Amino acid sequence: MAVAAEQPQVDLREPAGWRRTKNQIVTIAMVTAFVILLIPLGFVLYTVIAKGASAISWSFLTGGPIPPNVLPAGVGGMGPAVLGTIEITALAAVMAVPLGVLGAIYINEYGGRGPLAQVVRFMADVMTGVPSIVMGLFIFSIWVLHFGYSGLAGALALGCLMLPVVIRSSEEMLKLVPDSLREASYALGATKSRVTLTVVLPAAIGGIVSGALLAVARAAGETAPLLFTILTVTAANTNVFSGANTALSTQIFANATQPYLGAQSRAWGAALTLIAIAFILMIAARLVTGRFTRYSR
Amino acid sequence: MSATVEADPARPAGSAHPLAHRRPLGDRVFQILAASAGVLVLVILALIAISTSQQASSWFSTEGLKVFTADWNPATNSFGALSYIYGTVITAAIAIILAVPISVGVALLLTEVVPRRWAQPIVYVVDLLAVVPSVVWGLWGILVLAPWLQHVYTSIASAVNGIPVLGALFGPPVSGASFFTAGLILAFMITPIVTSLSREVIATVPAIDKEGAYALGATRLEMIQGAVWPHSQGGIVGAIMLGLGRAMGETIAAALVIGSSPVITSHLFAAGYSMPAVIANQFGEASGEFRAALIGLGVLLFVITIIVNLMARGIVERSARRKRGA
Repeated sequence: MAVAAEQPQVDLREPAGWRRTKNQIVTIAMVTAFVILLIPLGFVLYTVIAKGASAISWSFLTGGPIPPNVLPAGVGGMGPAVLGTIEITALAAVMAVPLGVLGAIYINEYGGRGPLAQVVRFMADVMTGVPSIVMGLFIFSIWVLHFGYSGLAGALALGCLMLPVVIRSSEEMLKLVPDSLREASYALGATKSRVTLTVVLPAAIGGIVSGALLAVARAAGETAPLLFTILTVTAANTNVFSGANTALSTQIFANATQPYLGAQSRAWGAALTLIAIAFILMIAARLVTGRFTRYSR
Repeated sequence: MSATVEADPARPAGSAHPLAHRRPLGDRVFQILAASAGVLVLVILALIAISTSQQASSWFSTEGLKVFTADWNPATNSFGALSYIYGTVITAAIAIILAVPISVGVALLLTEVVPRRWAQPIVYVVDLLAVVPSVVWGLWGILVLAPWLQHVYTSIASAVNGIPVLGALFGPPVSGASFFTAGLILAFMITPIVTSLSREVIATVPAIDKEGAYALGATRLEMIQGAVWPHSQGGIVGAIMLGLGRAMGETIAAALVIGSSPVITSHLFAAGYSMPAVIANQFGEASGEFRAALIGLGVLLFVITIIVNLMARGIVERSARRKRGA
């Protein structure tokens, strides 16, 4: 009171005492929560880089075939797995991204608030929660039992995982395009498909590509859907449509529980390669967002 | 919400309208194409349910209610799934208990404490956790974390030995690869999704409510209790349940660090097993009835996660609708 009387201004500081202390404790707890989050992230990235960097070389990334577990580090390479991961993920993206964008166009441009569009949107949300291993079992039952193991089967499983993610992220981006753009094009006499393809889609393309890249980055690291669909072999297979294939993630899974140091070293090398691929895709997504986004929240 | 629906010239209101005309073929083909892409989601979900339960039907029909016993022995063709269901529930519960305070804390930090230009880098860091693949978490968990945790577990176990409840939960037998290790790794993996969903929910709290609370002289904590919490309660519960669904379905990390031992025990530091983990580890050598049982575990997992997801989405939608109405 004495302070307030001396100064002409109102004292805006929080009142001293238990209320203020409690507030500070909670604020410190929030900061601590973030710091706790940093510990495992820093720890896992440090370990993967420290142990993976020594395993990685040009011949590790391109050479092959993948040697048996008992052989020491430095023999052969993970080339077949790098090739397999790129083939399978790319094929999955080619299938899932256009379908996902089309689905988003249906929900946002055609379905509107109709019952079918609402159901599709809700079920796409639910489908993002389907465990990846169930997708693997699904493709095993419906495809592998009839046509055998192949990169295509793995790509189908990854595509099923990516589809709902691409639908939801693209829909968010289409929602941001202002209606005035659509109305202006209709006023010029354009048909709905023309408005969608030449006005709405280009306006939202930055966000759509960025969302798709993030979905691809997540899919590239998936293991469970590939276990029962590609049959993790050791030789390279350039034909993604037939014959058993291999991938970095399934190789890591196979090598992680081996007692041999060579196998473990190959697992760390493959882990660093996989994280690098995912990070490159994620950074690409950020660059696309920064460069091409016209409308954002 | 969208004015396009009402003012949609591509869908003429009535044929008597002077501007009404047949839409060009290409336009209609494109609409059908887009609609089929949307319906594809429903088709895939239906196909998952049908094809997997078809493959697993012999397990459900021969075992009947014995599905829910703990007797799992491929050599004698008995496949009771209880210990795997138990492991899935326990690890997911540990993950939720560890992840929720951290996630909600970081979400509040992002929305209510730090200025906007600091929030973006923090979001990037949290997203980085989501980009680390499941198998890399598993590799790190089994080769680096588990051996270190074993020492920690041993000292905790000897400290609580003999204390009634704690002794049963944290006492020996101790193993580096255990229920708790799996729960811990799952907690790291679900934190990003719970954080970002909670943050979205908290961001919808009207600024006027928060300013009102501050104007009444509330501290930040009192503002959160009085304005943010009542408003975002439902949405945060939904976010937690979505995290729960993720934790139950997470496969590879759990398969590597859970210890692969189908037991039902109260000891959280003991080796265990979970449904997705056993599918991943044993599917390769399975055939016939064994394979049907493993696919059946997948069907159970699918049903459980679908139910959890439906409930979570329902809660989120309902709280969002109530907010819009208010």
